[in-house]
Amino acid sequence: MTTYIIRRLLLVPLLLFGVTILIFGMLQFLTPAERASLYIRDIPKNERQLEIIIKHYNLNDPVYVQYWNWMVGKADPITGEIHGGILRGDFGYSRTGSEPVMDMIKHRFPATLELALLSVLPIIAVGIWLGVAAAVNHNKFIDQLIRVLSIIAASFPVFVFGLLLIMIFYAKLNWFPTGRYSQWVLEEIVSKQFATPTGFMTIDAIKAGRWDILLDTIRHLVLPVLVLSYISWATFVRVTRSSMLEALGQDYILTAREKGLSENQVVRKHALPNAMIPVTTMAGFTVVGLLGGVVITETIFNYPGIGSAAASAATQLDVVTVMGFALFNGFILIAANLIVDVLYGVIDPRVQLS
Amino acid sequence: MKKVTGTISATQKNLSDESKEKLETLYADVVATRKMGKLERFIGPEFYRVIRGLFNTPASIVGMILLFLFVLVAVFAPFIIPSRGGTRDPYQIPRDGFSSIPKPMMSDWVKQTPESVPGWYKIVFHKDEWVHLMGTTSGGYDIFYGIVWGTRTAFSSGLIIVLLTLSIGVIVGSIAAYYGGQVDNVIMRIVDIFMTLPFLLAALILAAVLIPRIGRSNVPAIIALTVFGWMGYARLIRGDILAVKERDYVLAARVIGVKDPTILFRHIIPNAIFPTLVIASMDIGGLVLSFAALSFLGVGAEVGYADWGQIISFARDWISTLSEYWFMVVFPGMALMLFVLAWNLIGDAVRDVLDPRLRGSI
Repeated sequence: MTTYIIRRLLLVPLLLFGVTILIFGMLQFLTPAERASLYIRDIPKNERQLEIIIKHYNLNDPVYVQYWNWMVGKADPITGEIHGGILRGDFGYSRTGSEPVMDMIKHRFPATLELALLSVLPIIAVGIWLGVAAAVNHNKFIDQLIRVLSIIAASFPVFVFGLLLIMIFYAKLNWFPTGRYSQWVLEEIVSKQFATPTGFMTIDAIKAGRWDILLDTIRHLVLPVLVLSYISWATFVRVTRSSMLEALGQDYILTAREKGLSENQVVRKHALPNAMIPVTTMAGFTVVGLLGGVVITETIFNYPGIGSAAASAATQLDVVTVMGFALFNGFILIAANLIVDVLYGVIDPRVQLS
Repeated sequence: MKKVTGTISATQKNLSDESKEKLETLYADVVATRKMGKLERFIGPEFYRVIRGLFNTPASIVGMILLFLFVLVAVFAPFIIPSRGGTRDPYQIPRDGFSSIPKPMMSDWVKQTPESVPGWYKIVFHKDEWVHLMGTTSGGYDIFYGIVWGTRTAFSSGLIIVLLTLSIGVIVGSIAAYYGGQVDNVIMRIVDIFMTLPFLLAALILAAVLIPRIGRSNVPAIIALTVFGWMGYARLIRGDILAVKERDYVLAARVIGVKDPTILFRHIIPNAIFPTLVIASMDIGGLVLSFAALSFLGVGAEVGYADWGQIISFARDWISTLSEYWFMVVFPGMALMLFVLAWNLIGDAVRDVLDPRLRGSI
């Protein structure tokens, strides 16, 4: 077990290195002038100034020099201040966000995390419930119905589903607005009447005892949570169903039935716990998948998280910003995959960790 | 099975009557174990099993009918709604004026009408002039035209991406599996690295970076989806090759001195590729969905190109009045959904057939 964890940990720097190489490789499609925004804050005033910047930051030099500078940064000739360097947490300056990419991530990530975490609960609850129901009634009507429904859900494009929800519940009924909060809440935040220390609107509202703000937040969260969670339902139902079917076919289930346990007890006490092992891993991957899946959902609902920022930066060809988000996402994914892998070994004693 | 009968008939001529009789009884035994139809002998038992699985469940039959309808629409697009004619690109949706307000359904089509009015249209709508059957988007792009011709875009983009990702995946995966050891280790770590970035976000970036270099068209999105889409196939074929390469016939080929590439491409890959091939062909629906998503986000097909995702992206500017302009989302959205649904219904049945845990129960 320990050797496995150590070996798995040793892989992490390699993956990190690989991801930076991959993203840096994509940066090479840009012209040196476009790459300049990795290091500078202001738009250069003229051609001459741009040339100086390109020369100083070695943007025309061999790739390995550029990679080194990109990783550790380079000092400004006049002020001596170090600019750039992703190892220092400086991902460059965002043209579309008018602030450093790292600040942008700090401002926007809590919103995305809040959305993703809230979406996981309905996915797991509904996914397991439907998956078990399908497996217990294998090949009966309910099973077929759940299967067909989950296939239909998997075929429904996220953006079409989201736009249809907006059409009905926002444009027509005006129950659930888009964005993250209403105008009056925004005004309270700007005027410091309502503080958001954690960045999670729901938690901050509960802590401050502001139920009106909590209600407003929930109204804004309902549709994005629905859209974000339904994408993963289908896969979750599928995994639960097949692993439950496998568990129900084991000998110990036969034993349990033979000794006269009720079908309910057999399913709940004997089959379900064993069927949950692969489902637990799926849950981990789902959170990770959601962080990537927010791009479209946030864009449709105009939700101020990192997904919508990445999408709008990409369409306005603000590549430095998109790269920053990708790098950040990559780091999170590596960490999350590591945790899931290790947990899998802990949960399932049958797994041979070698 | 086919080979058994083949060898018997080929060698039969030189045999004595006694041996012939013996052989015939032997052959009868083989045949008696399981009867094979002509179709099964012709296309092989694996493929036959998949085909039979497809016709077994009502869901996959519905999927095949849907898919067949889409094929018909794609093939007969010029007869359903002709282009403007001349040298103009038929994949550019004709624009009826430049007004930013979407035109409602059945409104008059004034400018850039299709060059002719087909018979089916006259019969169904009793009109001699084209109208906007499904309305227009902002900018006057006809939605019906875009959906019909967009079917071709869906098939072509899906097929191209699957062929490209499959080729890369098969080559990389088989090299890793065949050589094993450190080669395998290095290649699979590269696969891990490519999988570290979220698929859609990674494709979004690459497409965004490529657009300034090679221009706005379908190409950047196709390249982007290919570069970040091959890893699954590499893993799949690697697993199957690891199983196949231990077989005796591979050892036999190696003993008689066949070269590595020949062993790999003539003996191993043909025997291992089948599941990967089937899974890949079923992924077309999902890839069309990803392509549409990139178009929707603005890095896929260019504005005005007959592509479903691109048409839906117009709706982004009309969020608060969507209940009025619902046709901009509903019609192209339904086309996209039914297309993906068709593939998924078929794919679900195929996956069941290929799943070794369920073998024998279907």
